[in-house]
Amino acid sequence: MSQMQPVGNLATLEQATQLGLRPEEFEKIKEILGRTPTFTEMSIYSVMWSEHCSYKNSIVWLKTLPKEGEKMLAKAGEENAGLIDIGDGLACCFKIESHNHPSAIEPYQGAATGVGGINRDIFSMGARPIAQMNSLRFGNIENERTKWLVKGVVKGIGNYGNAFGIPTVGGEVYFDDCYQINPLVNAMSVGIAKVGKTVSAIAEGVGNPVYIYGSATGKDGIHGAAFASKDITEDSAKDLPSVQVGDPFWEKLILEATMELLETTDAVVGMQDMGAAGITCSTSEMSAKSGTGMKVWLDKVPMRQAGMKDWEVLLSESQERMLVVVHKGKEAEVEKIFKKWDLTYAVIGEVTDTGRVQYFMDGELRADIPGESLVLGGGAPVYHREYKEPRYFEEINKFDLNQIADIDLAAAPAVAKALMAHPNIASKRWVYNQYDSMVGTVNQTTNAPSDAAVVKVKGSNRSIAMTVDCNSRFVYADPFKGAMIAVAEAARNLVCSGAEPAGVTNCLNFGNPYNPEVYYQFVYAIKGMGEACKKFDTPVTGGNVSFYNQSSDDNAVFPTPTIGMVGLLPKGSKHMTLNFKQAGDVIVMLGQTQNDLGCSHYLAHYLKVAQSPAPWFDLDQEYNMQQAVLKLIGAGLIQSAHDVSEGGLLTCLLESAFVDNFGFDIQQTAGSRLDAFLFGEAQGRVVVSINPAKLADVESLLNRLNLSFEKLGTVSANGIKVNGVDFGSTANYSQIYNNSLASQLN
Amino acid sequence: MKFKAEIDVMPHAALLDPQGKAVSNSMPNIGLPSIHDVRIGKHISMELTADDDAAAHEMVETACKKLLANLIMESYSFTVKAV
Amino acid sequence: MKVGVIVFPGSNCDEDAVAAFRDQFGCETVKLWHKDNDLQACDLIFLPGGFSYGDYLRSGAIARFSPIMQNVIDFAAKGGLVWGVCNGFQILCESQLLPGALLHNDHQKFNCKNVFIKANTTESLITSNLTVNTALQIPIAHGEGRYYCDEANLLKLKSNNQILFTYCDANGNETDGSNPNGSLQNIAGICNEKRNVFGMMPHPERAVDTELYNTDGRGLFQSLLASFELV
Repeated sequence: MSQMQPVGNLATLEQATQLGLRPEEFEKIKEILGRTPTFTEMSIYSVMWSEHCSYKNSIVWLKTLPKEGEKMLAKAGEENAGLIDIGDGLACCFKIESHNHPSAIEPYQGAATGVGGINRDIFSMGARPIAQMNSLRFGNIENERTKWLVKGVVKGIGNYGNAFGIPTVGGEVYFDDCYQINPLVNAMSVGIAKVGKTVSAIAEGVGNPVYIYGSATGKDGIHGAAFASKDITEDSAKDLPSVQVGDPFWEKLILEATMELLETTDAVVGMQDMGAAGITCSTSEMSAKSGTGMKVWLDKVPMRQAGMKDWEVLLSESQERMLVVVHKGKEAEVEKIFKKWDLTYAVIGEVTDTGRVQYFMDGELRADIPGESLVLGGGAPVYHREYKEPRYFEEINKFDLNQIADIDLAAAPAVAKALMAHPNIASKRWVYNQYDSMVGTVNQTTNAPSDAAVVKVKGSNRSIAMTVDCNSRFVYADPFKGAMIAVAEAARNLVCSGAEPAGVTNCLNFGNPYNPEVYYQFVYAIKGMGEACKKFDTPVTGGNVSFYNQSSDDNAVFPTPTIGMVGLLPKGSKHMTLNFKQAGDVIVMLGQTQNDLGCSHYLAHYLKVAQSPAPWFDLDQEYNMQQAVLKLIGAGLIQSAHDVSEGGLLTCLLESAFVDNFGFDIQQTAGSRLDAFLFGEAQGRVVVSINPAKLADVESLLNRLNLSFEKLGTVSANGIKVNGVDFGSTANYSQIYNNSLASQLN
Repeated sequence: MKFKAEIDVMPHAALLDPQGKAVSNSMPNIGLPSIHDVRIGKHISMELTADDDAAAHEMVETACKKLLANLIMESYSFTVKAV
Repeated sequence: MKVGVIVFPGSNCDEDAVAAFRDQFGCETVKLWHKDNDLQACDLIFLPGGFSYGDYLRSGAIARFSPIMQNVIDFAAKGGLVWGVCNGFQILCESQLLPGALLHNDHQKFNCKNVFIKANTTESLITSNLTVNTALQIPIAHGEGRYYCDEANLLKLKSNNQILFTYCDANGNETDGSNPNGSLQNIAGICNEKRNVFGMMPHPERAVDTELYNTDGRGLFQSLLASFELV
């Protein structure tokens, strides 16, 4: 079949390179089209074949992650976000995504638009978001730029999420020098939909109209293409925004209009939000998924600026826009809803059966491309990258615990106070008080704190728990084990809250994939993650890859595969909290004290030993220990549960004591080093408190399960005692813990 | 010498101004539907001491660049008068 | 009692208010769309929290000109009951149904947490069943909640006993440390002179559900329902 030649200048190899395409990719495009692409067509390929849209350097390994599970309603990659069955005819839809690089340029807008994007991913599937979380990593807190970034990012997340009206119920914040240049901003959203009422990103039905709705389109996010196009002048360069501005108010209107569209009409065929690569990505992905084609008239797109070029409209990443394919004949119903919510909208195209995406402007064909050739799983390139073991492993392997002198009991309180003040351990209230955590009246952790956030699902008798976790120092020291630990810790947080882990979304933040040592970190982190997800029966439902996170010209950030995990608290199950309840309760640690200081905060930040191995971890022990915690909660045998993580056992106990100002009196485990006992971060441990009347039942249950545990001591009315030595009042520590972050940031 | 500076900081023309857009859209509610393209910035006034006009200008320029405007998002303009 | 919860574009506590009135207290509850000029014969009009019109310009400034607000103003003038929480309070102040204004918090940050407030009087429909000077734990979530009015209005508020709630500590003492936003004299909520329009920054509707483990807000709803039945 002969194709019409689109109108426009032909692209050159030089332009292709400028746009980040490799010479062989340019050749491949010519082969697909059977001719040289126009500049517009090549711009389309450059964004669709970018890492962000095509996952070309990661998909080979991502495919090895476990995707099967009995609760899964959609497999990873099939939809914009993961979907799991939670019972009562309801589905939980969740995803995490990075917005690292925009946040490094303009932290407020970068973080805000990240929150906007992830929520659109959720509601474009027909799920109403009910809770948000985030995972943030910054450089040294004493650095002025870090403070500026923290304040901007937190304000951006807050102002967007608060106005959008979905509670931010938890998250993590870390500070480490490796994130000095390149902070990480990962945002997660969790929504609820009715099973069978979700929407796919499809474009079926020849002749069906294609609507754009939401905001008008401006010249946002087209920098690279603009410079490559060469018809840029100094003046027009000044007009090009280097950031995108988010409008949470508009997003809220789009959410309500979208839900109304889905709940009150049966007009919708498919929909997708517009994120990276804007109209290009949504039109080509939707039609490729259905094996159809699409005609799009770019001059019909509502524009914020006059005189936009075809490729500018195609590539624009203006925020708060949606694409929806509607059954022909239902236009009036749909438009009535857009008008009710005062949204900008237009019919910009229609579904065809050509298998091609065809973009028109001013009555001329400007681009004509087989849709399939643009997308992941279709014609987009797939690369196997080279990897090799990082040289820094040698340094790590040299670490010898025997070279580190154990600590005196008398010196321990000062260490504990230093850890309480460390921004990675101190209370994050300065951050989370800026987020509306209670809007929606679903957050059950405000007044009943637990290791994971627990959120009520309205219209059912159940709750869901959620957490985001990754100790990236562990992953740096041992990518395989570190990624397993990230999954294990997420599961542990859910279990300590009384929830059964159900599914994972991941945000894979790494350095440059063309660096074989960085790619080694990526490959082994994926292997570890896959192994752990299989063990915990938590399939990976989707997520996002962010490469090129650099700490300097040569070095990457710590490999940071952030795990977002969702768990279920079925009808009648107990939401377990982390705080001590009563003086006299017995404190028991499930798992075992290890003589291990690997990658602990004490070692890395107090003793300043930068290179040490990942801590002790055993996947089977971890799983069995977690199962035991669930059984103890289910049998009503424990008063509190809190996992041992950052800062080690003493931090864990203090956090359980702080909430209601209790104290504790504990004895060191026989044969252990005091530093490892108090501050080591060996995995597989959870501290529970038990009413003495139930201790015998707990012991017999744990013995029956063949699980190691240690009786540490008792909860007291106030004050900390270790080995009979008075460490001072609880308030001495809680004041430091509660105020440290504010005093370092203000 | 004493000077008074009047500074306007405005969102870049090419950027979305969500505040201006919401205000534009509300004009019909107060019976003024023909008002459109509202953009909202900041007005800042300040007093300063400098050796001469040029030094005063430079000082205000520096204040705008370093603190008052976020050049990624905003542009500024100002007048300086001796008082 | 039939309750109408107004939905402005950007309201986001409207569902929470409906859940409180309908599910927790069994009131007939309807949502009222801001473009409609119809209060649907409701006995109480509730202006919920959120970010009406994105809170752009000033919180409540644009919502005040939504079509339904003229009906609310007329309804209030005839003695109808109107209650605004958070953004609703801001809209009532912008509409001049309540005196004063809500300024940016003194610390310039959005702030969401549990705080303590106490009723200063039982002489209002929403405080009639409460115990004066006893601390209630109620959440706040706002960036512009610093209550301010001029000297003359403050005198009027005091002499007419219009200050309904003040921020306090757990023991009911009005301290500087317990004032979360720099509000004038710790003022958290007020009513108008005719005592039929109420506004407050804290969110009682977020503290009514036993499943969220805090029910200190129930007293306000119970006061309202009990006193309404007496009328």
